[in-house]
Amino acid sequence: MAKDERTTEFRLIGTRPNRPDGLDKVTGRARYGADMTLPGMLFAAVVRSPHAHARILKIDASAALALEGVKAVVTRADFPTGLTGEDWNLQENSMAGDVALYDGHAVAAVAATSRLLAEDAAKLIKVDYEVLPHVIDVDDAIRPDAPVVRTGAADHSVPAGAPPNVVKCVDFGHGDIEAGFAAADLVREQTYKTEATHQGYIEPHACVAQLGADGKGEMWVCTQGQWYIRRMCAAVLGIDASGLRVTPSEIGGGFGGKTIIFMEPLALALSRKAGGRPVKLVMSRSDVLRATGPTASASMDVKLGMTKDGKLTAAKVNFRMQGGAFLGASPVGEALSCALACYDIPAVQHDGVEVLANRPKAAAYRAPGSPMAAFAVESLLDEMCHELGLDPLDVRLKNAVHEGVKASYGPTYAKIGLVEVLEATKAHPNLLAKLGPNQGRGIASGFWFNHGGETSVSLAIGEDGTVTVSAGTPDIGGSRASLALMVAETLGIEYEAVRVNIVETGALGVNEPSHGSRATFATGKAAVEAARQAIGEMCRRAAKEWGIEEEAVVWKDGAAMPAGPNAGKFPPMTIAEIGAKMGGTGGPISGHHETNAEGVGASFGAHVVDVEVDPETGRTTILRYLVVQDAGRAIHPAYVEGQYQGGAVQGIGWALNEEYVYGANGRLQNAVFLDYRIPVASDLPMIDTVIVEVPNPGHPYGVRGVGETGITPPLPAIANAVAMATGARIRSLPLSPPKVLAAIKAKGRG
Amino acid sequence: MHYHKPQTFEDAIKIAATAQGVTRFLAGGTDVLVQLRAGIVTPDTLIDLKLIPGVRDIVREADGGWTIGIAVSGAELGRHAALVAEWPGVVEGMNLVGSTQVQGRATLAGNLCNGSPAADSVPGLVAAGATVSVVGPNGTRKLAVENIPASPGRTHLQPGEIVAAIHLPPRGVNGGDAYLRFIPRTEMDIAVVGCAISLTLDGDKIATARVALGAVAPKVILVAEAAAALIGTTLDDHAVSALQAAATAAAQPITDRRGTVEFRKDVTAVLAARTARIAYARAKGEAK
Repeated sequence: MAKDERTTEFRLIGTRPNRPDGLDKVTGRARYGADMTLPGMLFAAVVRSPHAHARILKIDASAALALEGVKAVVTRADFPTGLTGEDWNLQENSMAGDVALYDGHAVAAVAATSRLLAEDAAKLIKVDYEVLPHVIDVDDAIRPDAPVVRTGAADHSVPAGAPPNVVKCVDFGHGDIEAGFAAADLVREQTYKTEATHQGYIEPHACVAQLGADGKGEMWVCTQGQWYIRRMCAAVLGIDASGLRVTPSEIGGGFGGKTIIFMEPLALALSRKAGGRPVKLVMSRSDVLRATGPTASASMDVKLGMTKDGKLTAAKVNFRMQGGAFLGASPVGEALSCALACYDIPAVQHDGVEVLANRPKAAAYRAPGSPMAAFAVESLLDEMCHELGLDPLDVRLKNAVHEGVKASYGPTYAKIGLVEVLEATKAHPNLLAKLGPNQGRGIASGFWFNHGGETSVSLAIGEDGTVTVSAGTPDIGGSRASLALMVAETLGIEYEAVRVNIVETGALGVNEPSHGSRATFATGKAAVEAARQAIGEMCRRAAKEWGIEEEAVVWKDGAAMPAGPNAGKFPPMTIAEIGAKMGGTGGPISGHHETNAEGVGASFGAHVVDVEVDPETGRTTILRYLVVQDAGRAIHPAYVEGQYQGGAVQGIGWALNEEYVYGANGRLQNAVFLDYRIPVASDLPMIDTVIVEVPNPGHPYGVRGVGETGITPPLPAIANAVAMATGARIRSLPLSPPKVLAAIKAKGRG
Repeated sequence: MHYHKPQTFEDAIKIAATAQGVTRFLAGGTDVLVQLRAGIVTPDTLIDLKLIPGVRDIVREADGGWTIGIAVSGAELGRHAALVAEWPGVVEGMNLVGSTQVQGRATLAGNLCNGSPAADSVPGLVAAGATVSVVGPNGTRKLAVENIPASPGRTHLQPGEIVAAIHLPPRGVNGGDAYLRFIPRTEMDIAVVGCAISLTLDGDKIATARVALGAVAPKVILVAEAAAALIGTTLDDHAVSALQAAATAAAQPITDRRGTVEFRKDVTAVLAARTARIAYARAKGEAK
């Protein structure tokens, strides 16, 4: 049943009003990162390493600086020294030091009076390199004799004698693993591999930055988190965080890739060197693909034990992931934690390593680590179901986690909705569709933790009773609409009477970015608290005017009113009336709430996909696609469905055609959208969605967060469908036509 | 950069003859402008041919053939009912280039002169037996389309020479053509393999045939052996197998980010069979 047909206890929650940013976006009025222009502004261009690994011997910028209109050139020498840990990683990734670590690594930047001039000047900056041996593939990088990406990068978790590019080791688990496998009727073990993919946001990174010699500056930037940008830039440049004011632009997609800095410190450094003139820096698509965060590539072993009636008895996973040349960039910990999170398994063991390679520093990408882990585990689970002749959906239901079960990654689950999701999946008509020749159906489950995090929200009552919400989480997925709905619901006013602004770093306490599917959950929770605070004050104002006790006033339908006949007989005092006279009743009325939001509720999903594979070319067509996911509560169902569909589509791209293709020289071969093949609209059917609602008790309206779980089941669901359609099981992604055709031919020969 | 808008081909030739450095001719601009913006080719002289009278026209010739102006867009080609009816393979090749927006600008001549072995419109022109008029400082000459491409990004045009028009021969009766390409997605992609076939029938038997392959050699190739495998047959299974063998033997693909040698050879055989069946059905009037 569509949510707009549903009757609920709510007036607005669960309805589908127009999005507040819609008109701006369709008329071109919305201002994105590259849309800002300031007086006296300069334009920047970046010189990038053409080598995967090379010592920088000399940088000669004299010819560039001799050009009329070139105002500044910066190299690593313009940045402070002595940084450590992740601050050093960020600085090194923004601008190479002694060694360029990947194809596309920035080595110098120039600012000039026009973009063309800056680009010409960049070509005149001469860099002498000594090319070093490089390594790209995760399994190659882990070999003891692999070219060493960086020495001394490993953390304390790595035992002595480990291969040189291993920088982190993780292991955890519980239960008696040997006894678990001994209790199984079928034990299977396989190895799986996924390639790095890019978030593929439509808006390239862009900023306009200004920084004076006094260390005070401003930045307009396309980001998921203005405070993260502020802190990271300040650390990299050696200035005070509060000296920098960062305003987020409208954002054209992020998917996790815009939670950290890439070229922003270069724009600030150029501005400082150019006497404080503002500098605009806009990446090209090739810059984005070569030098901003893709996700990690992974090589994964999975071992599962199952009884003949489908009960999982033990599971062991061992993952190897590379996230570029920097410790901590790969999501190996998250991948391990998500790998078995859908299932109640008596004994689990997780081992993983992070490996350095000469590739760009990985950034978060929608449920970081979980899609790869799901590909490995859900593929093997599917294989075992077929081997035992069991229904893959029933097996998932039989092992599904629920409230009170100890999660594979440690904690005990509170109220969760995987069972409800699987039951809704089982009841969906897509499962009754008949399959023809060369067609197959794949099923998989998926999981993401969701996240709370540092959150600060303010809310102010206007003189006419309308309401302004100041939020710190950029709206990448509809959070302005969902915040307005929750605030309007709480205040008892119309949705249109609430305006939500995403504000700059000076306007609120520190907010984490819009990441971890947290904006509607955490910012929403804080906004509801802020609204309740404002309601308290409005009730006090009414009580004062009526001359009754504060406790004798209640808030209902957007107005203060006496709690009952004994409280006194007064007509309701509306929010508009209270706002109109607040100057005379005690001054401005606002609400404010800040928190490390707790009460996060995990979101589980299940996907069912039908494919047809051309047996002569190996090309896969998606025929039908179903997403079923627990939202907790869908505040604005259209946005929730959009998140489900978006996750599925990104997963389809990852499963079928997206990959980073490197030449033998370590250079990225497909740094344009022509050859980095994200799905186009005509590749896709309408993605069917079912919103399951098992409310999260940790949120006033039951929200869990929906942004990320949707990308976790597609990889295995599609691989399982292709295996059924072709009879060939492929254990590495992407399932590109050459690979699928080769597998079909090998099976024919087999 | 110098930008010119000549009103005649003679003027265009004169401008090109005196230009220094890198010269590019501009028709639709969907390659030239993209390469300019990507920093791949930055011309010193850009000569825009779109304003020369007649270059946007599609003209029926007295012999029943067609002359297509060099600035006719893919979209205009696709909406020309008579041309689509006679040469559906030529038009469908051109219409696969780029997006709807690109179709509003992109031209056959530009696709040909860009010199890509994967150019989607070129195999169809080659299979059709199309020719081009080339004008230049040394006069006018006519060349078969297959003699224009030389290697990736290069053509056999001499410096200062311009393709001035494209000529399709008369379709005649009982003829059909088709073009298929393989891409991993459904659009907005570059052919991994392309195949065009044009044939005529005498009764159920194939009387004449031309087979062209794209993206499997340094340039689009005309495969006489593949045509020979079809001529005199009714496109029976044996003929299809012979066509596939000849096409695969002629293909000399490379492994790159878009496909492997083995995959391209396999798909060459698949597309040759599928294309032949469509062209044959069209020649019989059984398909559009």
